[in-house]
Amino acid sequence: MTAVAELMDYADVIERFDPVLGLEVHVELNTKTKMFCGCENEFGGEPNTKVCPTCLGLPGALPALNGKAVEGAIRIGLALNCEIAEWCRFARKNYFYPDMPKNFQTSQYDEPIAFNGYLDVTLDDGEVVRVEIERAHMEEDTGKSLHVGGATGRIHGAEHSLLDYNRAGVPLIEIVTKTIEGTGERAPEVARAYVSALRDLLRALDVSDVRMDQGSLRCDANISLMAKDATEFGTRTETKNVNSLRSVERAVRYEMTRQAAILAEGGSIKQETRHFQEADGTTSSGRTKETAEDYRYFPEPDLVPIAPAREWVEELRGTLPEMPSERRKRIQTEWSLSDEALRDLLNVGAVDLVAATVEAGASPDEARGWWVNTLAQEANTREVELADLAITPKQVAEVIGLVSSGELTNKLAKEVVQGVLAGEGEPREVVEKRGLKVVSDDSALLAAIDEALAGQPDVADKIRGGKVAAAGAIVGAVMKATKGQADAKRVRELIIERVGS
Amino acid sequence: MTELIKLTAAELAEKIHAREVSAVEVTQAHLDRIGEVDDHIHAFLHVDTEGALAAAKAVDEGIAGGNAPASALAGVPLALKDVLTTEGIPTTCGSKTLEGWIPPYDATVTRKLREAGVVILGKTNMDEFAMGSSTENSAYGPTHNPWDHARIPGGSGGGSSASIAAFEAAIAIGTDTGGSIRQPGSVTGTVGVKPTYGGVSRYGLVAFSSSLDQAGPCARTVLDAALLHEVIAGHDPLDSTSIDAPVPPVVAAARQGMTGDLKGVKVGVVKEFGGDGYQPGVERSFQAAVDQLRALGAAVVEVSCPHFVYALPAYYLIAPSECSSNLARFDAMRYGLRVADDGTHSAEEVMSLTREKGFGAEVKRRIMLGTYALSSGYYDAYYGSAQKVRTLITRDFAAAFEKVDVLVSPTTPTTAFKIGERVDDPMAMYLADLCTIPSNLAGNAAMSVPSGLSDEDGLPVGLQIMAPALADDRLYRVGAAYEAARDAAAGGSLVHKVPELGGTK
Amino acid sequence: MPNISRDEVAHLAKLARLAVTDDEIDVFAGQLDQILDSVAKVSEVAAADVPPTSHAVPLTNVFREDVVRPGLTQQQALAGAPAAEDGRFRVPRILGEEQ
Repeated sequence: MTAVAELMDYADVIERFDPVLGLEVHVELNTKTKMFCGCENEFGGEPNTKVCPTCLGLPGALPALNGKAVEGAIRIGLALNCEIAEWCRFARKNYFYPDMPKNFQTSQYDEPIAFNGYLDVTLDDGEVVRVEIERAHMEEDTGKSLHVGGATGRIHGAEHSLLDYNRAGVPLIEIVTKTIEGTGERAPEVARAYVSALRDLLRALDVSDVRMDQGSLRCDANISLMAKDATEFGTRTETKNVNSLRSVERAVRYEMTRQAAILAEGGSIKQETRHFQEADGTTSSGRTKETAEDYRYFPEPDLVPIAPAREWVEELRGTLPEMPSERRKRIQTEWSLSDEALRDLLNVGAVDLVAATVEAGASPDEARGWWVNTLAQEANTREVELADLAITPKQVAEVIGLVSSGELTNKLAKEVVQGVLAGEGEPREVVEKRGLKVVSDDSALLAAIDEALAGQPDVADKIRGGKVAAAGAIVGAVMKATKGQADAKRVRELIIERVGS
Repeated sequence: MTELIKLTAAELAEKIHAREVSAVEVTQAHLDRIGEVDDHIHAFLHVDTEGALAAAKAVDEGIAGGNAPASALAGVPLALKDVLTTEGIPTTCGSKTLEGWIPPYDATVTRKLREAGVVILGKTNMDEFAMGSSTENSAYGPTHNPWDHARIPGGSGGGSSASIAAFEAAIAIGTDTGGSIRQPGSVTGTVGVKPTYGGVSRYGLVAFSSSLDQAGPCARTVLDAALLHEVIAGHDPLDSTSIDAPVPPVVAAARQGMTGDLKGVKVGVVKEFGGDGYQPGVERSFQAAVDQLRALGAAVVEVSCPHFVYALPAYYLIAPSECSSNLARFDAMRYGLRVADDGTHSAEEVMSLTREKGFGAEVKRRIMLGTYALSSGYYDAYYGSAQKVRTLITRDFAAAFEKVDVLVSPTTPTTAFKIGERVDDPMAMYLADLCTIPSNLAGNAAMSVPSGLSDEDGLPVGLQIMAPALADDRLYRVGAAYEAARDAAAGGSLVHKVPELGGTK
Repeated sequence: MPNISRDEVAHLAKLARLAVTDDEIDVFAGQLDQILDSVAKVSEVAAADVPPTSHAVPLTNVFREDVVRPGLTQQQALAGAPAAEDGRFRVPRILGEEQ
C-alpha cells in the first residue's frame, strides 16, 4: 500500500522552492486540576480514576473554568509578547470522536485570550529569527484510546478499542505561529529552534512540564513549498506525532524533500494530515482534508465570557520571570563566556542545567565543563535530551564538591556520575557502594610510596639530585597500586617529603 | 387519606411539622394515589417507593427528635422531572437512549431537595430531552391530561403538571426552555414558574438548550410554588451561569400578594400576543384576568414589544443549534443505549446506528435543524441572526419594564389540544410556545397562573406574568393576589374542579 | 433561501451521526424546508448594528479555584458503560483518526 516516496535532494529543494512553515504547539498546563472540573491533573495513573461527571461528559454535568489555567494562559501570552483580549469567550468545536466525551471540544475560536505576539529564536550560529505568534488560546485535552488486536496497538487492524479519560479535560494552551517565510534552507532548524525556545520559555514560566516524550508539549508542523517565482502559497500538509525536538527538524526537512519531488514531477500536494514516523524519519499519509471540516463552532453557553481586568494583566506581567534570552545575555556576562562557549552551552541545551548547578554551589566553569563535555556525551550516547538524563544539577554540584574537597579524583568522579546515571542513588551512596573513596590516609599512601621507591632506588636519587619531575614514575606506581583511588597531587607531595627526609 | 392529597404543600408541611400527621403517612397517601390513577395518567416513568418512604421517615424522625424541619417543605412529596439526575435512581429524559441509565451523581436541584427534606416520589414523564409541547414525544408513551384524558397535559413537562393536577404529588419540578413549565401549567390548571435564568442551578439538568434551560417549581398554588422556589434556588459554583446574588424574596412576596392589594403596581398587556391564532375562550379568560388585576388596584396599560413575534423563529434556531451539540454525547461509547456492536461494525457505525435507534423523530429533526443552522455558510443567516433577535427581544423587555412592573399575556394561545392532533405538524406544535419563548430568550422570570376555564371547551387557561431578571418576587406578588381574587370569586381553587379520576384512558 | 435537498439532509444526518433511513430523508427534507422557511424570518430584523446575545445573563469572569475535588471511582465511571475491559471503556474498533 505505502509506496516509498520519491525525495528531492535537499540542495535542489532550496534552489527551486521557498519553504513556508506554520507551527501549532499544544502545551498541557501543570495546574493541580483539570480545565473545567476539580479532577486531578496528573500524567498517567490507573485508567478512569481521575474522572468526574464533567470530564466524562455525563448528561447534566457542566464545566467550571479553572482560574489558574486562565492565569497560565495570560502569562504565556504576555511572555510571547501578545496582546491580551479585553473580552473573549469559549466556543464549542463540534466533531465526533470516541476519546472526546462530549463530542465537542471546549476551545476558543475567533476570540483567543492572547494574540499578535512574537518569539525571538536564536539559531545554532547565533542568528536571531523572529517568529510571529498569531494566537494562544485555551482548550481541553482529549482522553486516550488503546487499540486492541491487530498489529502493535495501531488503529488499523484493531479489533476493538479501550478508552481512558484521565487525560480528558486537562488544560491545554494551543500556540499558533503566523506563517514563517523566508527561512530558506534553515527552515528545519528554525522549526526546531522555535519549539526549543518555546519550551525553555514555558519552563521558565513554570506553567507546564513541557515533556515532549509524555505529550505535555506537542507540535504539529504545517509545511508547504512555494516555487521561486510563485506569488501564492502552495498546498500545505500538517504533520503530527512529532515527539522530540530532533523530530521537528527531521519532519520539516523530510516533508520539504517529499513535496518538492512531487511538485517537480508536475504533481500536486494533497492537503492532508501526515504522521511522522520516528523510526525512519519519514511521514505517512493520514486523513485527507478534501473539504474543510465543518466544526460548527458557536459560543459555549455553559461558560461566561472572560474579561481580564487590565490591572490583573499587569499584575501577571509583574510575575513573569526573566526571559530565557535575556537570561542568556546576563549569564554570558556573569560567567565571562565567549560567544563560542555560550553557543556550545546552548547547543547542548545546558544553560538551565549549568545555572542550577551553579546555584547548588558549583563554580560556573566546572559546572559548564561537566554538562557540556561529560554529560552531553552521555546524553548523546543514550539518545536523550540532556535535561532528561537521570542526574540532577544538585547531584552534579555535589560531585564537583567532592572533587574540590579532595574526596574524589576527576576519574573517580566520572565513575560516580556513571553510578548516579545507572540509578545507584545519590553521589555519596555511589561512592560508598562502589568503594570509590580517594585513599587519603597518608600512612596507607606512604606504605605504597616506600614500596615503589624501594623498587626503583635510582628514582629517589634523581629526585634528591633536583630532578623533581622524576617523581612521576613513583606517582604512577602508587596510583597503580591504589587502583587510582589516590589523589595524585598529594602522592607527589608525600614522595618529595619522603625522599627529602 | 384522600383528604391529605388534596391539601396544599404549605398545609401538608404545617401538619407534618406540627406532628398532626406523619410525613410517612403523607407520602404513603400519594404513593397510593399514584397506584390508583397513574395507569390512566402516566405521569411517572419511575416511582421510588422505598426511597420516598425512607426520606419521609427521616423527616419524621428528625421532627420527633426535636429538630427543626430542614425546610418549610420538609416531608412534602414531590414529583421530579426525569431530566434532572438522581444518584441511584434511573434518569431517562424520556428517551430510549438513556433507558436504564442510573446516574452516579445528583443534580444540584436534587441535592437541595434532599437536603430540604422534600420527599422525591419519583421521576415524571416528559417529551424526549424536553423537546415538545405535549409529552407525546416521550419514548415511553404520552401522559394524559387529568382534565380530559384524550388531551395533552402540555410539554415538555407534562408528567410534572399532570402529577400535581391529578393529586399524585403536592408539588413538582419542571424545566422550561421555551415554556415547558408554564404551558403545561396553563393546560392543567396549575401554577408553573420559570425563574430568572441563572436563578436555579442547571448542574445535573440534562441540557437541551443550555442558554435557555431553567428548572423551576410546579404547584397547585402560588404560595406552594414560592416555597419550592426558595428551596431550589441560589448560587451554585458548579454552574458557571448561576447568579451569585441572594434569592429574590419570593415567599414573602406571595404572602404579601395574598392580601389582595395591587395598588401602585403597573401591569403591561403585551399588544402582540392576541388576535389571530388565539382561541376566543382563551382571549376572554385573559381579558377577565386583566380586569381582575385592575380591580385589585393595578394600573394596566398596553405595551408594544414589536420583536416578540420574532421570538419563535429565533428560538427554533437557537434551541436546535445548542441541542445538536448537547446531544452529541449520546454516542453509545460511555453510557446509554448501544446497538449493532456485533464485531462487524466500527465505532463510527455503532454511533450512527445507536443514535438513529435511540432518538425519536422530533429529537432527530431538531438535531438536523441545529446542525444546519450552525454550518459554515449558514451560521450568519440563521444562528447569528437569531442571536441578534435575542438582543432585540431583551431590549423590548427593558423598554417595557421602564414603564411597567410586570407584563401579562395568555400563557399559550389555546387550551389543551387532543393527543395526536399536532404530531405530524411540527410548526403547529411549535405555536404552543409562542408567548412563553420571549422570557427564555431574554432570561427574565415568568409565571403561569390559572385564569379559569375557557368558556367554549371547559378546559383550563393560564395567565402569564413576566417580570424583569432577578425580580421573580413580582411574579409571586401579582400571581398570588390574582389567584386569591379569582379563587374567591370562583368559590375555590381551579384545580379542584378537575374531574374525579378513574375514567377511561 | 432554504430549499433543502435530499442530499443535504443526508449530509446533515452524516454530520450529526444519524443513520437515517431513505423514508426519513424524504420526511425530514419536507419538514426542515418548512421550518427553515419560517425561521428565516429572523434575518428581517437582524441588522448589522445589532450585537448578538449568546448568554441570557451578562456575567463575566466566573472562575473556579484550582483545588482538587473528589470525582468518581473507576467502578462508578464504568457502571453505565455498555462494555468495559481492564478499567477502560470498551468500544468497537475506531476507523477514523484523532483530530
